[in-house]
Amino acid sequence: MTTVRHSREATREFIDRGPLTPQELAQRVARDIPAGSYVNLGIGQPTTVADYLAENSNVVLHTENGMLGMGPRAHGQLVDPDLVNAGKVPVTALPGAAYFHQADSFAMMRGGHLDFCVLGAYQVSVGGDLANWHTNRAGAVPAVGGAMDLAIGARTVYVMMSLFDKSGNSKLVTECTYSLTGRACVDRIYSDHAVVDVGPDGAIVLETYGSTVEQLAERLPVDLLRL
Amino acid sequence: MMTPISAAEAMSGITDGSTVLISGFGTAGLPANLIDALLNCGARDLTIVSNNAGNGESGIAALLAAGRVRKVVCSFPRQSDSYVFDSLYRSGEVELELVPQGNLAERIRAAGAGIPAFYTPTGYGTTLGEGKESRVFGGRGCLLEYALGGDVALIAAKSADRLGNLVYNKTARNFGPIMAAAAALTIVEVGTIVEPGALDPEIIVTPGIYVDRLVVAQPRCSLVGEGSEV
Repeated sequence: MTTVRHSREATREFIDRGPLTPQELAQRVARDIPAGSYVNLGIGQPTTVADYLAENSNVVLHTENGMLGMGPRAHGQLVDPDLVNAGKVPVTALPGAAYFHQADSFAMMRGGHLDFCVLGAYQVSVGGDLANWHTNRAGAVPAVGGAMDLAIGARTVYVMMSLFDKSGNSKLVTECTYSLTGRACVDRIYSDHAVVDVGPDGAIVLETYGSTVEQLAERLPVDLLRL
Repeated sequence: MMTPISAAEAMSGITDGSTVLISGFGTAGLPANLIDALLNCGARDLTIVSNNAGNGESGIAALLAAGRVRKVVCSFPRQSDSYVFDSLYRSGEVELELVPQGNLAERIRAAGAGIPAFYTPTGYGTTLGEGKESRVFGGRGCLLEYALGGDVALIAAKSADRLGNLVYNKTARNFGPIMAAAAALTIVEVGTIVEPGALDPEIIVTPGIYVDRLVVAQPRCSLVGEGSEV
């Protein structure tokens, strides 16, 4: 696990606004992905980060079903059933794209060659444990795909999620109650209410949106630290 | 030199109880014609190793619906239209071994490479790692995972030459190259067969040493929808 060092000196609280919208959240994640990085964007909301990467950023997108240099979603005549992303959605290939088989695809992940991955989550613990593959719901068919490989493989693991679930429960927790995807693997959470580093030093708030750190802490079951 | 045979002929020798590796990610790279032939040949009590557990009512879903499958080894059985598997799984009529996708790929690769087992960090500390041998390397917990080979591999490729050298199409490559090497009998459906020398040796992905039987068939692909909840 690589710990991201903070470039800012103090926690920033944006209290004259509400929480980030999904689009603003995607934009916020995109801003922290350096030009030239190799990145895997998980299925669902993380996929939208690609829409906000600068055109000249030269970020290379990896899709674990076997391609580097993935382009935007394919439409119309560009749809090829043999060219899909990890969500089985038809995509395009950018100039310079490369195809490879499954063992190579996961070797480049497990081998620490991917700079970043951005994943969704059901829960993240302050220590960086991730739960994002199984809700433990009775009768649910378990399906893991590449989630566990991504969680431990990329050099830096970002989680992008709403801070509260639909019932209002915090998804940032002391210990995950859902089945784990990986232990101590998440570096940072980007959420609508806050950007928070997690790991051995606890939950360190970098930014808040719509409330102060103290106001947010009142709504969460975990201790929040300032930079 | 290989002479292409029919999909039905290609199934000869596949017995009840076989472990069958089937390439494909969703429908990309899925050997639909060979799966139909496997269904028609009547073999039962099969263990199917594939990334997904079928969609709709064709392909692997048809094998499942016909009661030919005892066990599925896969990473992502749940898809938007995987109702055949879902129903059999819930009623306990099919066994599931769920394997993280990278571990599935590496276990298949290991089988083809003659490596009986290996340690990997993926899955350590999770419910999928429970009961597995583990060891710590450089402070990182790892699980012992075993090679996963097959009696038969059914794969799809774009083109072959008559020595069995293969090239693939885009992300349809997925499990093809590693499954071709990991089975005692590898059967490939290809769009076209060319004479030796027609494929540039520099671009051959699967060398013909891994390929036993060739079937010429038009790919039958349709897209499946997104299957993840996250």
